[in-house]
Amino acid sequence: MSLEVRLHSRLGEFEIDASFSAGSGVTAIFGQSGSGKTSILKMIAGLMQPQSGSIKTDDTALFDSAENINLAVHRRRIGMVFQDARLFPHMSVARNLTYGRWAGKRTGSADLSRITGLLGIEGLSERYPATLSGGEKQRVAIGRALLSEPALLLMDEPLASLDQERKREIIPYLEEVRDRMGLPIIYVSHDIDEVARLADTLVLLSDGKVLGSGDAVDMFSKLDFGPELGRYEAGALMSGTVHAFDPQYGLCTIALDGGQALHVVSQNIARGERLRVRIKARDVALSVRAPEGVSIRNVLEGTVRGFAVDDSPFVEILVDVAGQILRARITRQAFDSLGIREGLPVFAMIKSVAIGRRMVSARR
Amino acid sequence: MVEGEITGIVLLSLKVAAVSMVFAVPMAFAIAYVLGRFEFYGKGLLQALVTLPLVMPPVVTGYLLLVAFGPNGPLGRLFGAFGVDFAFHWEGAALAAGVMAFPLLVRPMRLAVEAMDRGLEEAAATLGASGLTRFVTITLPLVLPGVIAGAVLGFAKALGEFGATITFVSNIPGETQTLSLAIYSLLQSPAGDRAAMMLIGVSAFLAIGSVLLSEWIGRRIDFRARS
Repeated sequence: MSLEVRLHSRLGEFEIDASFSAGSGVTAIFGQSGSGKTSILKMIAGLMQPQSGSIKTDDTALFDSAENINLAVHRRRIGMVFQDARLFPHMSVARNLTYGRWAGKRTGSADLSRITGLLGIEGLSERYPATLSGGEKQRVAIGRALLSEPALLLMDEPLASLDQERKREIIPYLEEVRDRMGLPIIYVSHDIDEVARLADTLVLLSDGKVLGSGDAVDMFSKLDFGPELGRYEAGALMSGTVHAFDPQYGLCTIALDGGQALHVVSQNIARGERLRVRIKARDVALSVRAPEGVSIRNVLEGTVRGFAVDDSPFVEILVDVAGQILRARITRQAFDSLGIREGLPVFAMIKSVAIGRRMVSARR
Repeated sequence: MVEGEITGIVLLSLKVAAVSMVFAVPMAFAIAYVLGRFEFYGKGLLQALVTLPLVMPPVVTGYLLLVAFGPNGPLGRLFGAFGVDFAFHWEGAALAAGVMAFPLLVRPMRLAVEAMDRGLEEAAATLGASGLTRFVTITLPLVLPGVIAGAVLGFAKALGEFGATITFVSNIPGETQTLSLAIYSLLQSPAGDRAAMMLIGVSAFLAIGSVLLSEWIGRRIDFRARS
């Protein structure tokens, strides 16, 4: 299933003008607070009405100003997970989970035990929302949305109201939902780490306008979106397969697609598992000769693919590592003295320590 | 005054108050919902009209009721055609009690409607619930504590209503003589002190009883305390 969105709306001084499409997997809408992410999500759900445009799934027009179509929220079959869970406080977890069935007249073909198992909420059914932790609430909210048998799932910063500990608790469940439910998900966030872990497709939003959209890995390796993707946080995504885990040193060796090895500090991950690693540009150093006697475990061979030089003290460089793009940020002074140019073979050095656990994610 | 008479007065008062609430509570909730949810032209006027019985002298309210619902009043004739006769009958006492209690009913209900998180209704809509289903399964249960608080407050007020009642339906033993009116009559006669004290005791008991009842119901439906 895919979703085609074309929206125009003016809310006072603020103008939203956004077109994008979302296919299978997770489409992340990324942008700073106030960029219009949540409004766009509400328009897709039908909780807000755009002034003009259209919102269409494969076979249904949910909204089309030209044809005067505006389907009511409860007829759109769009599940939504809100930032603040929005569980019904007067109902048990079980009643909340099955609300779509008994109140929403959804047929009940979604498998309750499978979904509660997937989200780890089997034991909560008799409890009331007031007694749940923030992370449990959010998991129940996700389960409730899934059990309403949506054709599309919208998630509005589902982790934003949680602390780091709870975020770490929930992200694996989101990955499970993404990989096992076969449901297109539109995920709104202003957290680059979340987006890097979850997104298949990235829609970059700024001030109500789409700056760019496309495959997440490609988007992260473009030079044009430096400031929007967070100048300080900018980095590329690299994919690979778990090759080995060394319990003695707590290091995981990842065979990168294209054939080089990357060592990251991690818990034991099963051999053969597909991983995606985000490597921040500022954690990558470059050498024009093979480095020796350094503590840095990761030395990847590649060639310079492109760079962005301006008046700032930094230069952003793209390095092609066997077909995958790595971003490096070095000082302009180093750039000049190394004589970096397009096509130059270089060695990219990445401290394993710089790759945090949050930056490594599984992808099935 | 014999015990049978006291029982009769108490039962009449309970009947008048209960009947007034049966009609006033749904009307008050409808108005509280409209006031709490919607913006419209004339909202201020409706609000003032609802508050009026609270600030107007009860005698004036009673007189206006007599003018409107009396045998020759326009509304009195209308209801008379259906066999409902308000003036100098217990039905009139119930009407007066309901009108006087109305502002007390509306206020807590409106606060409950305004305090309700509308995001929950949005969530229910995304789960497939239609407008009516959302109202029945989400809105109503969540504002229920406010509705009950209003109803109990209104019931207590209706039990003790005096000024509008005596003006509208007079003080007829066995027909319109409710607790407050009976106490008033007894205090007028030198021998009535003891009976008056008994009725005062009954009034206090009923008032305290209704407050305790509302607390108990409130706790029963307070989902936040459940675990």
